[in-house]
Amino acid sequence: MSESGTVSEMTGRRTRPAVRPAGGGERSGGPILDVKDLSVSFGAVQVVDGVTFNVDRGRTLGIVGESGSGKSVSSLAVLGLHRNATVTGSIVFDGQELVGAPSERLRKLRGSRMAMIFQDPLSSLHPFYTVGDQIAEAYRLHRRTSRRAARERAVEMLAEVGIPEPRRRAREHPHQFSGGMRQRVMIAMALACEPDLLIADEPTTALDVTVQAQILELIARIQAERGLAVIMITHDLGVVARIADDVLVMYGGRTAEHTAARTIFKAPRHPYTQGLLASVPGLATGEEDDGRLKAIPGSPPSPLTPPPGCRFHPRCARFAAAQNPAICTEEHPLLTGTVHKVACHLPGGTQ
Amino acid sequence: MIVYLAKRIAAVVGILLVICAVTFVIFYVVPSDPAIQACGKTCTPERVAEVRAQMGLDKPVWEQFGVYVVGIFAGRTLGAGIECGIPCFGFSYQNSLPVWDLLVDRLGTSVSLAIGAAVLWLIVGLTVGIISALRQGTALDRTLMIATLTSASLPVYFVAMLLLLFVVRIAEILPYPAYVELAEDPVAWASNLILPWFTLAALYAAMYARLSRAQMIETMSEPYIRTARAKGLPERTVVVKHGMRAAMTPIVTIFGMDLGGLLAGAMITETVFGLPGIGRLAYDGIVKADQPVILGTTLLAAFFIVIANLVVDLVYAVIDPRVRYS
Amino acid sequence: MTALSTPETAPPVAPAATGRSPSRLIWDRIRRDRAAVFGMAIIVLFVVIAVTAPLLTMINGWSPYDFDPSAIDKKLAGVPKGILGGISAEHWLGVEPVSGRDIFSRVVYGAQISLLISVLAVIVSVLVGTVLGLLAGYFGGWIDAAISRVMDLLMSFPSLIFMIALISVMPDGNRILLLVAIMGGFGWPYIGRIVRGQAITVKHREYVDAARVGGAMGPSILFREMLPNITAPILVYATLAIPTNIGTEAALSFLGVGVRPPTASWGQMIQESMVWYEVDPMYFIIPGICLFLTVLAFTLFGDAMRDAIDPKGGRR
Repeated sequence: MSESGTVSEMTGRRTRPAVRPAGGGERSGGPILDVKDLSVSFGAVQVVDGVTFNVDRGRTLGIVGESGSGKSVSSLAVLGLHRNATVTGSIVFDGQELVGAPSERLRKLRGSRMAMIFQDPLSSLHPFYTVGDQIAEAYRLHRRTSRRAARERAVEMLAEVGIPEPRRRAREHPHQFSGGMRQRVMIAMALACEPDLLIADEPTTALDVTVQAQILELIARIQAERGLAVIMITHDLGVVARIADDVLVMYGGRTAEHTAARTIFKAPRHPYTQGLLASVPGLATGEEDDGRLKAIPGSPPSPLTPPPGCRFHPRCARFAAAQNPAICTEEHPLLTGTVHKVACHLPGGTQ
Repeated sequence: MIVYLAKRIAAVVGILLVICAVTFVIFYVVPSDPAIQACGKTCTPERVAEVRAQMGLDKPVWEQFGVYVVGIFAGRTLGAGIECGIPCFGFSYQNSLPVWDLLVDRLGTSVSLAIGAAVLWLIVGLTVGIISALRQGTALDRTLMIATLTSASLPVYFVAMLLLLFVVRIAEILPYPAYVELAEDPVAWASNLILPWFTLAALYAAMYARLSRAQMIETMSEPYIRTARAKGLPERTVVVKHGMRAAMTPIVTIFGMDLGGLLAGAMITETVFGLPGIGRLAYDGIVKADQPVILGTTLLAAFFIVIANLVVDLVYAVIDPRVRYS
Repeated sequence: MTALSTPETAPPVAPAATGRSPSRLIWDRIRRDRAAVFGMAIIVLFVVIAVTAPLLTMINGWSPYDFDPSAIDKKLAGVPKGILGGISAEHWLGVEPVSGRDIFSRVVYGAQISLLISVLAVIVSVLVGTVLGLLAGYFGGWIDAAISRVMDLLMSFPSLIFMIALISVMPDGNRILLLVAIMGGFGWPYIGRIVRGQAITVKHREYVDAARVGGAMGPSILFREMLPNITAPILVYATLAIPTNIGTEAALSFLGVGVRPPTASWGQMIQESMVWYEVDPMYFIIPGICLFLTVLAFTLFGDAMRDAIDPKGGRR
């Protein structure tokens, strides 16, 4: 994606006064979603290991990481969409503990108070039903309305996400829409029941660059209007820069760095975060910034055979520069700090 | 749509004509002389020549073929003053009846057999396949899949004889099948067809079980199923409305083709149980070297197959919104 | 990517896997599959039986054509003496009613016929189907159109009726060759279609382009560059076509147009046993089980091979 465009957009987003509903993040009762020490494993394979984060109403958390970092797995765990997985830790949504909750209670929350949109809108929409029916389906179920009211709601939602001629298009099938329009349909479907939390799993990855910007605009607008809490899962720092208030960087199923988005871009401390930033044109701000893009060498760890100690050490430049300290290969670094949390034995870029 | 339909129908007619021609050449030209068949064993050479002329066998092949094809649409008068009405598929000298009359007479049995078996195999096959898919990897799934493999590997006539041995002979639950018209006695019709239905359905049920299981497993891993769950739909709705709707659609194609092939393709079942169907008619025709009957049954069988093909394609456009013909 | 597949999305960096060749990998997968091993064992058993048929009948002491009047009960219309169709130390699997021919010997020779015809017919189908499929897929245009039409046509033929009719009108000759030719002739479009499809996709891959740029000519591209890359699907299809052919051969014999008596064939034995199913059920059960086991074995093995070559499709 064209990062230069994104960065100018990024500054726009940062300088824009946050449009928040009255009370914003400081409302009583704490964050809408509070996840503590979340771990997910499939059989013997641990994919997410002790991740903690929370999201307030009206705010956006960006979860960043490569594929296999556990970012999608964490969010699917929030919705209780894992089958055959062991989920431990705590997921508190609006005061309710979800880990260990009966599946029926989770089901009733899904689609009504927590919603999700996915990466590939074509394969994520059912090919045989009209988009109107697909939007109406969840609304009817959760709100127990008539068929007609649900259909009206579908049309209304299509209009809200900016689809022209919504009444006609509601009767069309997903394959008759363009990629961006399909993602709008997905958003309409997710938001039909006015949820409090929206999880967007790489919603723009499969789209054209120009369309990506529109979709992000749309999510930001609706979030501002409704005071929605958003979790934006992405591997694209440009997206984070545009939309996130806080950022959680994940690596190998663990938290690498977690702080305000502003801080991540200005003063990243984890070598992985710095590596990510250095590999993005126009965002490169690492400690050894010489204006050249750098790819992080190597590839993400396999969850089946994770490296011992710090999972990032085989690819870590700072580890190599420090002549391979034993601590990195032996001990898993703990997440330290209060506002700016980093899990690294050799954190750099001290503020 | 209309252009598409016209094209398809033209193709159907073309295929049928070619099949007709090939069959015609093979059965009228290559083998033993139909005139001798028609005339009988005690025929003198002069008499054979006379019969040949009467039957038009002295004319060139293409002319005979032309007469045959025209006869289908216009009817014709055969030698010795035999009237063969529209549609004329020739005359069976061995049965002393026009082939069309024989076909019509036998069609009821074949349809009874095919439809009953199809209903049975659809119910059993799809149920087993879907249960297996939803319980993928469990002991139940493995047991069902071993059962379907077993069922698919049993030859039709072997199944028939095992059923006869155990159900008719040893357990004496059912009488030895003898075909009864539906209109005559529906209960006797059904009870006499139970064994043939099971025999014929055994193989297909096994195939459909494996097929629907594979389809269902694939569909349930589709992203739109995850979307349905993310919407908070109850699991039953996810499976039935979202999963099965998509998983079963391709099976419609295969079902149509199988049913089309079955109307004349149940030859072995009909032979084993002595059912007077089209398959049995074809078999008897072959045994008695009754060429007009062989030609007629082959054409009818091909007709069903090609028509089933066409119907399936048209139905598919209705059930899968992604398919639109232009 | 679904979350569930996350473990698989991690790049396969395990160095152990890269050392083995693809065929070795496939073989290892098949060996770990219990059903495949079971199928393989039965296949080997029947192949050994078929190959050593003369030896086995020598040990047994009965040729498949020897009559044994002492083993049947003339007073009871020729029913075999003794239990279970006359199973005894003398006749291991009993005898046929009326003639008293040894069923073991006939079943053993039946295995020979069954495997011989079905494998030869598959070879014919594979040869014809591969050549024509490659030609259609590679050249496209009118060649493709012509070959595809022929394939469509052959597949819309009511094949069983047609095979029976064709065999029954053919001049007397070698029945085995005739069966092979006809079964092979009706079987090739199925493989031709697969090969054509594969050839079309392979045609546009880089290595074929590279060969073309390198100056390779048509036929050499066809056979040297493309064929090795479509052997896997051909192999799977061929394995799965064997049980189909075994079934067809038996069905044709059952309907009286297979190999001619007194040559033994399982289908024919079952047909002859039909009138005896009540008084001497072993007569049809023994060849029936042989038929069932061979078909099952080849299906199990073929399925396992398909899963091993394409682990995504099929079972998981």
